[in-house]
Amino acid sequence: MIVLSDYLILAALLFSLAVAGIFLNRKNIIILLMCIELMLLAVNLNFIAFSHFSGDPAGQVFVFFILTVAAAEAAIGLAILVLLFRNLSTINVADLDRLKG
Amino acid sequence: MNALIFYSFAAILLFAAVMVITVRNPVKAALFLVLAFFTSAGIWLMLHAEFLAISLVLVYVGAVLVLFLFVVMMLDIDVAPLKEGFARYLPLGILVAALIVVEMITVLNAPAFNIAAPEVVEESNTKQLGRLLYTVYVYPFEIASVILTVAIVAAITLTLREHSRKLQDISKQVAVRREDRVRLVNLRKKQDEGDQAP
Repeated sequence: MIVLSDYLILAALLFSLAVAGIFLNRKNIIILLMCIELMLLAVNLNFIAFSHFSGDPAGQVFVFFILTVAAAEAAIGLAILVLLFRNLSTINVADLDRLKG
Repeated sequence: MNALIFYSFAAILLFAAVMVITVRNPVKAALFLVLAFFTSAGIWLMLHAEFLAISLVLVYVGAVLVLFLFVVMMLDIDVAPLKEGFARYLPLGILVAALIVVEMITVLNAPAFNIAAPEVVEESNTKQLGRLLYTVYVYPFEIASVILTVAIVAAITLTLREHSRKLQDISKQVAVRREDRVRLVNLRKKQDEGDQAP
């Protein structure tokens, strides 16, 4: 029998894998964006699991909004990425030091 | 049976996530991300979130990940320098991930989360969602549409290049004279010159 904590642990594993991915691929912006998508997926899984097990569909509405915002974020992020590559010919995070941060 | 499906889907999902963060080629990473999203759509179906499962496949696999693939293929990336530091940060990454997992499992194994699934409501999931979305959450729903519009405008303005636009200048087109476009050539004379030249 699958209980709520199974789904939550699966989401936690997915989230921690995405965090590890941000540590491992800190040079490659594309993979960083993909890791953010994985994190959002884990959060959505949490929302849907809670919504199902508490019998309240309101949680799924929030997943709907997260999907909307994530799609907008991916579109703008990739547009910035294309612009960056056009101007600097690199997507290496180490080369992006124009702001001297 | 349910448990078997859940555990196999969970295994595929975690495998795909591991491949996304370790694979060398960004195209392969994007394809494994597609696998991860498909598998989690399957898990969402098990949780009776049918509408969201389908919209995950349509919106994410159909639009966002295709966008990712397009961008990865458009950019001419040299992968080798992007992977440096992988081995250096591997222990730190594994440590942080393991800490998160241990903490979450400690919390999530509490008896409060050990509840079984309730009785399934015999109403269509889309109907439920639609009723909520167009009554209680109608204002956030409209804000979401505004966010999408802003995202479209922002993405297009960011990537638009001034000189690549093909604008018509109507007054220039109207003011054009015959001499600008037509050049009369005396063919006979040209031919005679051509005969004499060699």
